[in-house]
Amino acid sequence: MRKPFERIIEGILACSGYITSVVIILIVVFLFREAFGLFKSPAVEEGYTIALNRTNKVSEDQFHAQTLKLVFDSEITNWSNLGGADEEILLFRLDDLTNYYSEEELGSNLENVPDCINKLVDSIPGIIAFIPKLYVASNFKGRLIEDVAITPKDFLAGKEWFPTSTPSAQFGLLPLITGTLWVSLFAILFALPFGLAVSIYMAEIAHLKIRNIMKPMIELLAGIPSVVYGFFGLVVIVPFIQKVFHLPVGESGLAGSLVLAIMALPTIITVSEDAIRNCPRSMREASLALGASHWQTIYRVVLPHSFSGISSAIVLGIGRAIGETMAVLMVTGNAAVIPTSLLEPLRTIPATIAAELGEAPAGGAHYQALFMLGVVLFFITLTINLAVEQITKQQKS
Amino acid sequence: MNKIEAIDVNFFYGKFHALKDINMQIEERTVVAFIGPSGCGKSTFLRLFNRMNDLIPDTHLHGQILIDKHDIYQKGVAVDELRKNVGMVFQRPNPFPKSIFENVAYGLRVNGVKDESFIRQRVEETLKGAALWDEVKDKLKQSAFALSGGQQQRLCIARAMAISPSILLMDEPASALDPISTAKVEELIRQLKKDYTVIIVTHNMQQAARVSDKTAYFYLGEMIEYGDTKRIFTNPEKESTQKYITGRFG
Repeated sequence: MRKPFERIIEGILACSGYITSVVIILIVVFLFREAFGLFKSPAVEEGYTIALNRTNKVSEDQFHAQTLKLVFDSEITNWSNLGGADEEILLFRLDDLTNYYSEEELGSNLENVPDCINKLVDSIPGIIAFIPKLYVASNFKGRLIEDVAITPKDFLAGKEWFPTSTPSAQFGLLPLITGTLWVSLFAILFALPFGLAVSIYMAEIAHLKIRNIMKPMIELLAGIPSVVYGFFGLVVIVPFIQKVFHLPVGESGLAGSLVLAIMALPTIITVSEDAIRNCPRSMREASLALGASHWQTIYRVVLPHSFSGISSAIVLGIGRAIGETMAVLMVTGNAAVIPTSLLEPLRTIPATIAAELGEAPAGGAHYQALFMLGVVLFFITLTINLAVEQITKQQKS
Repeated sequence: MNKIEAIDVNFFYGKFHALKDINMQIEERTVVAFIGPSGCGKSTFLRLFNRMNDLIPDTHLHGQILIDKHDIYQKGVAVDELRKNVGMVFQRPNPFPKSIFENVAYGLRVNGVKDESFIRQRVEETLKGAALWDEVKDKLKQSAFALSGGQQQRLCIARAMAISPSILLMDEPASALDPISTAKVEELIRQLKKDYTVIIVTHNMQQAARVSDKTAYFYLGEMIEYGDTKRIFTNPEKESTQKYITGRFG
């Protein structure tokens, strides 16, 4: 009677193990598959194309998301910058058509538009036109640049995140990753000294009764939903920062860092307090028996001994800060620019994903770019975890 | 001259009466062994001499403990100064997570010694004194955890000696060691007698007989008998002592 029952139990346990592993692997595979579609997606808005004069010899490789943006923002004004002839670049969008042709020439039902564009592109050597494919005439004499790609360089080194930009959406990682790291870094800088101080106090100095009240209270902090922290940040911290620093808006990296610091505190405190308390009594006694004071014992023996525990507390705190979405979304102002000061609005990777996934058409470049952000986040946390493992290992040997 | 004097010592863990009316005189530069079954109070008594029991909450002491004629439990006694004078070696080797050198230097550093050349010299002296120098002189920078258990224990003895105490307390210093390491530690204890007053708690009767000048037998919080080691082991006055040292109980 017992044997089959035990087998069933074992089978269920094994199954749940396999299922969990498979699900995790599937999620990662899904993430990567969606994300890497980004580099196969066209950089130009769907239904549109880029047309050049046929004498233009600039190679097609020159056209990717970032250069296209620079050209259409008039940051690059001469074809020689792209390896072509020394010729001024003339931008042409569909709206500009009326500058060249009268309404009669275009026809009452716009039936002559393809011909007009054809003529125009053919007559101006320096032109670059961003036009709907619909208006490309069958006998089009210009050069069409069909495959404008989003390159990994556009993504990794792009300084702009502007998914609705035309002609080419900009998916530059830099503003978001600097925003994320910036906020997390300062959150840890705020939280660490304070968290460490509290954990040393609770583990070493506080009376047992005080500790028994404090610890559950701090653990309670960890149970508050992040949106509540965000709300608190929005109504308390943001106006406070606005007032203190005389800013036009209080939503800033500083507000995000403070909210994240408060959120990371319980993790840092409980984990490092446990680490400090786990320092063996024999170690403390050895130090005290040598005439060391309580404080000397703490910073010369107890803290070095709990180093690995404290560093994992820090990393768990960073992990919490980097992955945190809601609270940061609410208080940082979400301007996707590379931050230069803590008092400016900025935007983090998770906040971007949360805010934009709803409006990104499934399967499109924007959607894939958001998954790419997910991949970046995945690698950041992976690196952090590996780093911690390494620290702990070194400490043990 | 009496180095240590215990006068009517009673000690309590909460309501538990752990030591009862103990009176004892310990002379300078002798080795005294405390023996007795587990839980008899010998470690507790030992830990009174450097006020280590202060760390345990809800304990209190009645009576006096005098070291060099001064009551160490008087108000205003600097406990860290006391502990500098009364070194301690624990049951299990407990080196710090630091290098061999820094372990020995620790006591000097926490007591404010800044002179590096003095520290180096003192570390060498004490490691030689603990018969460890030849084994570790080439790896002073390595972690103390890389040493064997016996070496670690001798390192801990060296660490206690480095700040030049006059008394060394040893709480079963060889109980976690193999026979060869034990022999080395015992040899060391016999050497230490020249400069230190040594009190050693041990479960090992032969060890007490081998290393000590005087022996005290404890049972259930009372000091049953205290006298010259030779006499205690050959001709004990009390029946309880007789039973214990012949191994009939405990």
